Amino acid sequence: MFNSSLRALSAMLAERKISSVELTQEFLARIDRHNPDLNAYITVDPEKSLAQARIADSMIAEGRMQPMTGIPVAQKDIFCSKGWLTTCGSKMLSGFVSPYDAHVIEKFNAAGAVNLGKTNMDEFAMGSSNETSFFGPVKNPWDRKAVPGGSSGGSAAAVAARMAPAATGTDTGGSIRQPAALCGISGIKPTYGLVSRYGMIAFASSLDQGGPMAKSAEDLAIMLNLMAGHDSRDSTSLVRDEEDYTRDLDCPLEGLRIGLPKEYFAKGLSPAVEKAVQAAISEYQKLGAKVVEISLPNTRLSIPVYYVLAPAEASSNLSRYDGVRYGYRAQGYGDLVEMYEKTRAEGFGAEVKRRIMIGTYVLSHGYYDAYYIQAQKLRRLIARDFSEAFGQCDVIMGPTSPSAAFDLGEKSSDPVEMYLSDIYTIAVNLAGLPGMSIPAGFGENGRPIGLQIVGNYFSEAKMLNVAHQYQKNTDWHLRMPSIE
Amino acid sequence: MSISTGDVKRIARLSRIAVNDAESEAVLSQLNEILGLIEEMQAVDTSGIEPMSHAQEIVLRLREDVVTEKDQHEAFQKDAPQVEAGLYLVPKVIE
Repeated sequence: MFNSSLRALSAMLAERKISSVELTQEFLARIDRHNPDLNAYITVDPEKSLAQARIADSMIAEGRMQPMTGIPVAQKDIFCSKGWLTTCGSKMLSGFVSPYDAHVIEKFNAAGAVNLGKTNMDEFAMGSSNETSFFGPVKNPWDRKAVPGGSSGGSAAAVAARMAPAATGTDTGGSIRQPAALCGISGIKPTYGLVSRYGMIAFASSLDQGGPMAKSAEDLAIMLNLMAGHDSRDSTSLVRDEEDYTRDLDCPLEGLRIGLPKEYFAKGLSPAVEKAVQAAISEYQKLGAKVVEISLPNTRLSIPVYYVLAPAEASSNLSRYDGVRYGYRAQGYGDLVEMYEKTRAEGFGAEVKRRIMIGTYVLSHGYYDAYYIQAQKLRRLIARDFSEAFGQCDVIMGPTSPSAAFDLGEKSSDPVEMYLSDIYTIAVNLAGLPGMSIPAGFGENGRPIGLQIVGNYFSEAKMLNVAHQYQKNTDWHLRMPSIE
Repeated sequence: MSISTGDVKRIARLSRIAVNDAESEAVLSQLNEILGLIEEMQAVDTSGIEPMSHAQEIVLRLREDVVTEKDQHEAFQKDAPQVEAGLYLVPKVIE
């Protein structure tokens, strides 16, 4: 049961072989058993989840069933959920019970999906290992000594350990794709603007994008059908015709042109990851795809550009945490400024403070042009690299992460070393393109490896087709960690 | 270009984050390392390139200037650290 696809679960619900309440109880029991060790969830509230499951069961009984009706979904703790503790992995919001629902949560609720709990994450989504969470790190279900990746590490670990059939994530610089790769699951970051950011706690607004994380490309397509769509409350939400992201899953790949950026197979890539990615490419060639060598010459600049733009936007977005209207407030202060400074010093963790300070610096008088404007100009060059590449190929493939999961503690004391682990994912956010990661093998230590697929704007259906065809011919995505 | 302890204090002040003397040394070296990483950008000639502020070249929509939200201040103020008579309390700012 806990290994079933979303389509299989939906069929069981439709045929009354199981009720949503029973299904939810089954996953809650798995959470009970494995979460104390893995720490993938920050909040679990069986009463609330089961109440939603009962509503779903009555929807099914009344014949009002949709593809996600009755299915439990783990929600990243960045999505505001009415009546639920919504912490964003921070002490600052450790007591924040959201008074409203994010657009994404509204959509799941309206479809009769069940909120299974709120998943752990790097504080304010700033991190690549889940170690910056105020609620402690998540452990990788494949190896408890390893990080699950970040920032959506709780969602990735929950799906990998089958503590949820599927989950939501958000991706500002790789936060869906990298943890999906490190935990051996599938995840897609849609084109910027496809999924509403309303109620999704802001980190870097020009880069943040929500998306699904699940066991297979087919499950991602079903989830994306629900999550995507215009919302007037997000000023960057795009007005587009509704799409069925499952429509092309079964198309053959004959003639598909796969672009391999030479910069993604250069120094810094671990041999095990390179081998797994090359093997996946060979599999695609067997399926009729052609390989084209391409170049994304500004790849190496994507890290410095990101670490100017993302902190700049974060420093502005996170100014709202002032201890006045919601969130943590320090004790013992004299004047208003002291209250702000103490509240923010105590409420934010070290990585968040570093990024706020970097962002404040690059935006400050005298440095704005040299840093912020220069980074925005380079952002255009990075986006141009991709548009030129898509003249020669239909999708771009490469590694999601330079190595399989690293050890807990291995990079946590060296911020720059941690930043470099996002080298292959960041440029996609800067360009606003869709990107995904699917399981493609294992490293020598038995830790999973992800294949990254990047598509042109709005080509999600094509990318999911490309991923699904691979999953029909391989079984990496069906492997699960050795837990009961 | 690297920054000094004085710069750290100025940046921390602008960020409204208290940093004591002991912390500022550690923060200084970390910020300098990050700024070192960022420095690589400066070598690229970007003359004639338009800054890209957003992933999609869209014009932000305008909406009618009408009230769309209902009054929920009681629900919202449940999350506030200190509230009295429907008002948020902060230390005195005007003498």
